[in-house]
Amino acid sequence: MSMADDVTAHPEGEPEIRPGVTPDRTWPLYEVFVRGKRGLNHVHVGSLHAPDDHMALHNARNLYTRRNEGVSIWVVRADAITASSPDEKDPFFAPSGDKVYRHPTFYEIPEDVPHL
Amino acid sequence: MDGDEQQLAEAFDATVAAEGRIEPRDWMPEGYRRTLIRQIAQHAHSEIIGMQPEGNWILRAPSLRRKAILLAKVQDEAGHGLYLYSATETLGVDRTELTEKLIDSRQKYSSIFNYPTLTFADIGVIGWLVDGAAICNQVPLCRSSYGPYARAMVRICKEESFHQRQGFELLMTLMAGTDAQREMVQDAVNRWWWPSLMMFGPADGDSPNTQQSMAWRIKRHTNDELRQRYVDMSVPQAEKLGVTFPDPDLRWNPERGSYDFGEIDWDEFTAVVKGAGPCNAQRLAHRRAAHEGGQWVRDAASAYAAKQAEREQQAVAA
Repeated sequence: MSMADDVTAHPEGEPEIRPGVTPDRTWPLYEVFVRGKRGLNHVHVGSLHAPDDHMALHNARNLYTRRNEGVSIWVVRADAITASSPDEKDPFFAPSGDKVYRHPTFYEIPEDVPHL
Repeated sequence: MDGDEQQLAEAFDATVAAEGRIEPRDWMPEGYRRTLIRQIAQHAHSEIIGMQPEGNWILRAPSLRRKAILLAKVQDEAGHGLYLYSATETLGVDRTELTEKLIDSRQKYSSIFNYPTLTFADIGVIGWLVDGAAICNQVPLCRSSYGPYARAMVRICKEESFHQRQGFELLMTLMAGTDAQREMVQDAVNRWWWPSLMMFGPADGDSPNTQQSMAWRIKRHTNDELRQRYVDMSVPQAEKLGVTFPDPDLRWNPERGSYDFGEIDWDEFTAVVKGAGPCNAQRLAHRRAAHEGGQWVRDAASAYAAKQAEREQQAVAA
């Protein structure tokens, strides 16, 4: 699964901004990525709303790492992520579908060749 | 349904049947989306409202140790609510809207939180029985067909284990105390046992949504299956603790390999769901007051963010 698959959808577009709405309705959505420990990639863990990047980072710390789940956090505004569309999944990934020669198992080597 | 949609529906059914996961940007039937929003939002609201009965005892916890544990637990409930609101938003709803639906009584939360916490033993019993029932319900949901919901449940289940164990330990401590403390535990068990059984929802014959939810693999077991599993798990724990459940019909059935138990008071269940429980009005009023009273915090955070952004711009210009 690519991380982009997991990003929150906005099927109805951005929420409409109306006069008198509470400000948190207009706070942007952030996607949160946590590095569990040194040597591992950051992994998407969920999302949250915050008024700016800095507060998003603090909220992410409080929400997603209450039990030492991470040593590093990324927060990214959801609207800054470009994702592939699941509708075009097959054609989009098709170029790699017919290139079996990119895999080591494509090559037949006699069993008595050592260290290969 | 036109040809394209037919094809999408077939792909969706095939993914679900193969134990694959549906992800936010996939096509899904409108009923599937609606059912998930209803179920996950109700679950999120339950976590948020669930902070109240326990929060009631934070200031009166008998020791610093118990206070720190209870604070951590209530903070977890807030976290669980937020994981679940986050999952709901992947379905195209806004969490502010969900909060408004909750305080306007347009969406429900678990009826268990409409019962009061009268003594500190209730805190232990909530951890043991109420969180125990929640775990029973939630462990199978870690395999729910909707990816973001299943992943939120994995995080939640890990944390619930601490909740249940701290409750059982609290009760063991009280049971090792005075007669009055043991009576307090038994009294709390008597009051919470039946409401805990009601947490699994109506009997299978009266649960119209179950079949469809199971076909979609949103739910993995029927209400009665989970309720039976919970009774079978809880009885030996009660024996270890030295308390009894207030049910004269509760006994081991060797033929079924399970415990038989008495009939739930479904009139009480229906009344509490419809708003007539001991604390329904109080819980909602408190949630509304917290939301409205928190407005200045949200305003201040927005104002702070705006000021910081302005300063940054000035620094760039200078």
